[in-house]
Amino acid sequence: MNQCASADHLHVVAGESGVVSAWGLLRLRKQLEQGLPLTARPYQTLAERTGLSEREVMSAITQWQEQGLIKRFGLVVKHRTLGYTANAMVVWNIPDEQVQALGKIMADIPFITLCYQRPRQLPDWPYNLFCMIHGTSRVRVLAQLDSLIAEHNLQNVQHSVLFSNKAYRQRGGRYVSHD
Amino acid sequence: MRLDHTDQQLINHFQRHLPVCERPYLEMSRQLGISEKDVIERLQSLQSRDVVGRVGPVFEHSQAGASLLAAVAAPEEQIDLVAARINRAPGVNHNYAREHTYNLWFVMTAPDNESLEEHLDKLEQELRLPMLRLPMIEGYHIDLGFDIDWGALS
Repeated sequence: MNQCASADHLHVVAGESGVVSAWGLLRLRKQLEQGLPLTARPYQTLAERTGLSEREVMSAITQWQEQGLIKRFGLVVKHRTLGYTANAMVVWNIPDEQVQALGKIMADIPFITLCYQRPRQLPDWPYNLFCMIHGTSRVRVLAQLDSLIAEHNLQNVQHSVLFSNKAYRQRGGRYVSHD
Repeated sequence: MRLDHTDQQLINHFQRHLPVCERPYLEMSRQLGISEKDVIERLQSLQSRDVVGRVGPVFEHSQAGASLLAAVAAPEEQIDLVAARINRAPGVNHNYAREHTYNLWFVMTAPDNESLEEHLDKLEQELRLPMLRLPMIEGYHIDLGFDIDWGALS
């Protein structure tokens, strides 16, 4: 869709040269965790910082997208700044045999932005299904939740709504060791 | 924060599928009908206004390394202090206050599970507070690149 005309052949480059530096790729991972440079030729800039060539950089990024290591490549929006100030984590205690089916249903609901299963930690934490609603107001989020509960007959399911009232940190994951 | 129409278009079109070619911002500018320089300046401005955290890849957690959601129950009057201590621990990339007895929720990342557990053990000893460790069992939908509802924001 937004691919450049010249991008199609890129994925064969690494195979042809055969000797893309592993250290260079690791440095590239680390650089990319901080975002693409805002220069006219950002992949060239990354190449200079990592000791790879511009084509190797582009090829690696293309391959990582195909392999799923990179799941999304684009602008990472800070929703809170834009006005999505009501962020609710809604947690549910769902019988284990039903959690997967319900998780899949919730995943397709447009206003649910994240949905995953996590372990209970009894007695403090009885909840095993987590979903996130990013909304523009608390009233709106609670109305969305009410409609979800009504539509899927969740009236009798134990749940809790944890609005976040402050972000102390929000940034991309940094997995490559910085030692 | 109010954004002009072009900034909105930039966000609408490029939360995913960023072009991979020598001049990606030129390619983006053609799709938006503005200049390459304008694209770069707008991205700089969006970043400096903290509307965009970065332009770049979101790595798949399960392939990129280890990560875990954790929560602690901090005394309300010490919450800022405890949050600052959590932020000083290695690999903390999200940290939010939430309305619950467990009132601080954070995500910690590390190159592997072993170092992740080590860092969490150390933090737990330092904080001396009850901590929940909630690794992901299965993700059903994990993508924050949802379409922005500009109407609801205005």
